[in-house]
This record gives sequence, C-alpha cells and structure tokens, in this order.
Amino acid sequence: MDTFSLLTDGFLLAVQPLNLALIIAGVTLGLFIGAMPGLGSVNGVAILLPVTFLVPPGSAIIFLAAIYYGAMYGGAISSITMGIPGASTAVATTFDGRPLALKGRASLALVVAAIASFIGGSVANILFTLFAPPLASVALSFGPPEIFALMMLAFATFVGLGGDDIPKTILSICFGLVLSAVGFDAISGAPRLVFFDISGFLHGINFLVLAIGVYGIGEMIWTLDSTRGKLTTTKASMSFSGVIKDAKEGMGRSWKGTTIGSFGGFFVGMLPAAGATPGSLMAYGVAKMVSRESQEFGKGHPEGVAAPEAANNSASTGAMLPMLTLGIPGSPTTAILLGGMIIWGLVPGPRLFIDEPEFVWGLIGSFYVSNFFAVIVNIALIPLFIWMLRTPFTILAPMIFVLSVVGGYAAMQDMHDVWLLLIFGFGAYFLRKLDYPLAPAVLAIVLGPIAEPTLRQSLLLSSGDPMIFFSRGISGPIMVIAIILIFLPLLKKIFYRGRATKARA
Amino acid sequence: MRRAEITTAGVLALLSIYMMWKSTELQIGYIRGSGPGGGFWPFWLSAIMLLCTVLIAINGVRRKSPPSQTDEPFLDGFALKNLVFVGGALVAFLLLISVVGMHIAIFLFLIYYVGFLGRHSFVVTASLAIGVPIAFFFFFDGLMRIPMPTGMAFTNPLYDVLYGLIY
Repeated sequence: MDTFSLLTDGFLLAVQPLNLALIIAGVTLGLFIGAMPGLGSVNGVAILLPVTFLVPPGSAIIFLAAIYYGAMYGGAISSITMGIPGASTAVATTFDGRPLALKGRASLALVVAAIASFIGGSVANILFTLFAPPLASVALSFGPPEIFALMMLAFATFVGLGGDDIPKTILSICFGLVLSAVGFDAISGAPRLVFFDISGFLHGINFLVLAIGVYGIGEMIWTLDSTRGKLTTTKASMSFSGVIKDAKEGMGRSWKGTTIGSFGGFFVGMLPAAGATPGSLMAYGVAKMVSRESQEFGKGHPEGVAAPEAANNSASTGAMLPMLTLGIPGSPTTAILLGGMIIWGLVPGPRLFIDEPEFVWGLIGSFYVSNFFAVIVNIALIPLFIWMLRTPFTILAPMIFVLSVVGGYAAMQDMHDVWLLLIFGFGAYFLRKLDYPLAPAVLAIVLGPIAEPTLRQSLLLSSGDPMIFFSRGISGPIMVIAIILIFLPLLKKIFYRGRATKARA
Repeated sequence: MRRAEITTAGVLALLSIYMMWKSTELQIGYIRGSGPGGGFWPFWLSAIMLLCTVLIAINGVRRKSPPSQTDEPFLDGFALKNLVFVGGALVAFLLLISVVGMHIAIFLFLIYYVGFLGRHSFVVTASLAIGVPIAFFFFFDGLMRIPMPTGMAFTNPLYDVLYGLIY
C-alpha cells in the first residue's frame, strides 16, 4: 500500500468516536496544561499517562499526543496575557507577545499564535508523513551496534547542544541509565542493584516514578518557590469579527516568520536534546535576522509571535519522527510516550511500521485531526482559558500533587514506588536549584533498557572489541558524530581561548 | 550556593561509590562466551558519575559554575518555609495513606493545602476535599479496576460499603 492510502486508513481510525472524543479532550486539556505556568506538555503527559491504561494503546497514545499538541498551542496564551511563558517552549513568544498585549493588541497576538501554530503543525505533519516510511525502512536493517550508536548520538546531543553544565549533564544521563539497570539483569537473570536489599527494588524502577517525581513533584515545588505566588493577567476581548480581522492583519505581517518556524522547527525538533524550546528560540532569531523591520522585534511585532509558535508546534511533531521510526525520542515528552508504548507492549522502532501499521498510521492520522481541533478549540475558548488561568496555585498545586501520588501508585501498585517518587521529587528540586539538567535522566531511564542489551550484544558479536561500533557502515559515522558532539563544548572553549590569546598578542 | 554545590557533589559522589560497590555483586568484566557481565553497565556508568562529581566539585571550589558564583543562600526564608509546609505535607500525606487509606489521606491533604495553606473559603475547601477523592475512587478503583491502598483494618467497614457500589 502506498503512503496515501495508509494515511487515509489512519484518518478513518482517528475519527472513530472514541478516538475523536479523546483527541478533543486531549487538546483541550493540553491547551490548559500548556497555558498554566509551571506545567508543560512533559508534566501533563507524565502525570496523566497512568490514567490512559483505561483505553486501548492506540487510543491512549492518540490522547497523549493530543495533549502534547495542545500544550504547544496553550503555552502562547499565558506568554501573551501574563508575560510568563506557560511552558518553556513558549519563552520566545513572550518577547513580542507581551508587548503586543500591553499595547492592547492581545487578541491579535493570540490569533497570530494560533494560526502560526496551525500552519507549523500542518507543515510538520506533511514532512512527517513523507519522511517516516523511508526512514523506517532504512532503519529496519539496523543491528545492535547501529541502535547503540543511535543511543550514543541521542545522549551526545544533550552534551554538545544542551547548553547546560557538561559534567552535570553527563551525570544526569548516567544516573538515569543506572536507575534503568535496577531490578534483574535481563541476560543472566540475577537480581541487580537491589539498593539496601529493599525488596521493592526487585521489580525495577519504572520510568514513570522518575518522570512523575521530577515533573510532578520536583518541578511543582520549584515553581512554588520561584514564582513566590505573584502572577497578573491581562484581559483580552475576543469577538468573531475581530478574530477574522486580526487573522487577516496578522498573516499579512507574519507569513515569513511562520514559514521559517514551520520548517526550521521540524528539523531542530528531531534532535533529541533540542526539541521545541531551542527550536522556537532559533526560529525567533532567524525571523528577526531576515526581517526588514528587525528593529520592531521585541516591541510587539506579530512576526515575533508567529515564528516561535510555528516552530514549537512543528518541533513537537518533528520529535515524534525519531521516536516512531528509530525508537529514539526527540524530546523528554516523546521519551515518556515511548516508555508508555513499552508498557503497552509495543516495541518502538522500525518494526512498528510493519507489525502495527494500524497503530502507527492511526497516530499519524490523529496528528492532522489534533492539529485541526487544537486551532478551533484554541480560538473558540481563549476567554475560558484566560479565566481558568486565574485558578490560584494553592488549588492547582495540591491537585497536581494528589494526581502525581495516585498516578505513581497506579503504575505498579506498590507504595514503595510512591515513596521513591517523593524522594526523586525532593532530589529533583534541589538539583534543579543547582542547575542540574534533569531531562537527560528521564530520557536515559527510558532508553537504558534498550541501550544496555544492544551494547552487550554488540560486544559479544565482536568478542569484546569496541571497534565494532566504528567499523560498520552506518554505526561508524553515527559514533563519530556522537563523539564530536561530546567534545564540541571542549573544542569551542579551546578555540575561543586560542583566539583570545592571539588577539592579545 | 557554593557550599550547597560542593556538598551536593559530595553526596552524589557517595551515591556513585555505593552504586559501583553494589554493581560488583555481579560480574563487571568481560565473560568469555557470554559478553560483558551483568554488573558491567551500571559499574562503569557509576564510575563516570563519580568522575563527574569530582569535576563539579572542582568547578565549585574554583567558582567556575553559576551556582558557585552567587552569594544567595541555597534556601532562603521563603524556600525553606515552602519546603517545610509543602514538602512536609507530602511526607505526611504518604504516611497517612498507609494508616487511613488513599482516599481519606487525599481528603485530609486537600483540607490542609486548600483550606489552611491556600486560605480558601470553607465551601471551596470542602467541595474539593470531598469531590476529588470520590472522583478518584470511581475513576481508579471503579473504572480502571486499580484498587488504591485502604490503610489499616479499621477502614474496612467504609470500603465494604464503597466496594459494594462498584463491584
């Protein structure tokens, strides 16, 4: 079957009553989660994943992907009306969105954000549909060394491009990988790393325990600490004719930024460490650079809203591409989706396109449907979201804590996990204060169970010779790129130091 | 902040050493015919972690990392209060689950948080504290068939009635 007929089948699956209802519920919930400062797509997906055990896996992932999608739209709402990014992915949206709101053009900014998001999402969906099948068929020939090399590349991008403190990033990755090794050694069957001989560790550490601990507990305590309870909202009045007028004006002035964001975002989104936040910042920078009115940026130019918003939606779809075709998530949120797929008994990676075409194409079809509903729900319910943003944190925070605890229990039904979740939460809060990046640890605990066996199988194939990773056609170049990325920050430092001494001499 | 940076690195170093030691319970080297042993992966990763903590500590001592450059306290008055009132409540919440069960623990936690910390009205507090555990009961215990912890035996009469509703 060709791509088009597969996609048509996917559409039909996505608009089945249950899936359609989940899509609408998902984007609405996602919009709210994205709009709420301190909550992003990753928090929403991590905390709500246990809830989805109720429905079949295909529908569950459609629901979670819809949340992911909606959150990308929602982030703009608080960036514009409150001047506080609703999620890190919407940071760049505040640069011009907030000035526009202060000028009394909040509705223009909100409409431009919604339309740019829609276009970004649509472009990304088309790119996804075109690229996914060929990439998956190439990836089918990958053996353990290739898969391990890809894992190394995923971690290397965090080190080389993440922009965080290097030793802290590496520590975070290694910690996640060690946690994933707790339980039983899959090859010899012996119990492994049963800390303090507590029997609860025998069933391993579910990735959800770490993800919910970090994003549900740790990040919430951190947000309570850092916002200190001070938030103000700007009102935006919306009417149907006003929306049409704003849409015309906005698109006339921001088509270029939208285009840059749509395409640039997708490719940045595919990189594991990059994702939607750097994607949107980059799109903002490029849009400003090529604009003829670049001095207007930062003072309230619609293009400065359109570029990052198109990019963050595009990047969120881009992040799904390596997740589905290679089994390597392109962002922390997709890492959690990937972990969910493993719980549901689906093996992520290229085989998925052959073994579970219904699942894959239903999900891809749902991207299109979600994108469509997200823009409708977004524009229709903007007044409601602004009203909901006034929900005091003293109500929202305890609800998230309760949902985290219940969700953490529901995953494995063991109080041991809930205590561990709380410990991770406190740990995450302290480490966050000291600028330790925690997303790499979450990614690592999901990828660990794939990375370790592939490493061991590869070394068995080569009877212990690590050169196997470099001597094969595909894994060799990937490993070399990974190693360059790991040493990139160091090379940069040496380069700049060299230039500085030359300049002095 | 600087002292916190160095202390944290020290704690993480101890954790790494503990994990390295724990990994040696299994083979950490190459076993002829069956590949690297079960302890190989966690051992060497923990070793890399240990190396990272040393680098972090050195950067902290030399004031090279941003947290070690500010003189702001690691936990100021607000942060400490936040941690005690919110973090402490979470610990109490988890302890309560083992005593009175998940649903009553949620009820008490929400009364404390919404009513006492948030100073919301009696109506808001009561409707959330009663509504949320009931909704969770029907969703998780009822719909998803995931029984939540019921605490000690004295809650049995309550749960006998509740389970009668859903089973």
